[in-house]
Amino acid sequence: MSNYMKLELSALSENESFARSVVAGFCLPLNPTLTELSDIKTAVSEAVTNCVVHGYKRKGEDKTITLECSIRKDEENGVGELHIVVCDNGCGIEDVERAKTPFFTTLEGEERSGMGFTIMQAFMHEFSVESEVGKGTRVTMVKRIGAQEE
Amino acid sequence: MQLITNCQNKTVYITLRGELDEHTASRARKDADKLVEQYASCESAVFDLREMSFMDSTGIGFLIGRYKAFSRYGVVCYIGGVTPATDRILSMSGIYALMPKL
Repeated sequence: MSNYMKLELSALSENESFARSVVAGFCLPLNPTLTELSDIKTAVSEAVTNCVVHGYKRKGEDKTITLECSIRKDEENGVGELHIVVCDNGCGIEDVERAKTPFFTTLEGEERSGMGFTIMQAFMHEFSVESEVGKGTRVTMVKRIGAQEE
Repeated sequence: MQLITNCQNKTVYITLRGELDEHTASRARKDADKLVEQYASCESAVFDLREMSFMDSTGIGFLIGRYKAFSRYGVVCYIGGVTPATDRILSMSGIYALMPKL
């Protein structure tokens, strides 16, 4: 069994709840546990929030987030995989390694924890960030569902 | 996000109900800061997360911000009613060193 979806949405904080609910709904055929669902929703929320808060700095530009998901299930062993890609066409990240450092934030005075990337990494099985200054940022995450934890 | 308060023996219990993310945080901060003023004479404040249906890393910033606000009045802060999901996020942040978990 495999399935795919692609969604384009405005980079507005109103869409954070919508985005994480869509992904949670989409991966239901993999029969995730409540913990797995909660991990997925949290990771998606972090990724989308990054696009909303950091992605777009220029006034009047078209602020869009693209959310792509695919699921695949091995019917033999029941193990499923959810792939998520969250990208924006915004300002990009100058130093991705630094941005991934726990507690690092470019917005000091705003009660930002700087834990977004750290949480995505901890809650998903695979996680990567590709970014180009002036072009945008693309976060890819994979969650395996129903597998024995290593 | 709704904040529900209950004050007993100089301890104010603040129950967070609903979803806390970047979108709901600004309103929640304003509401919570009013409560800080209102309960500044308490000895302690307990943030009860039992009724929180969703929280991402925004919650860490939110709680630390309220910890700072209450601390100005000498109110000691605690976190109660954590769920496995909120506990994982909060543990990673080290926030329990400031606001012990009940």
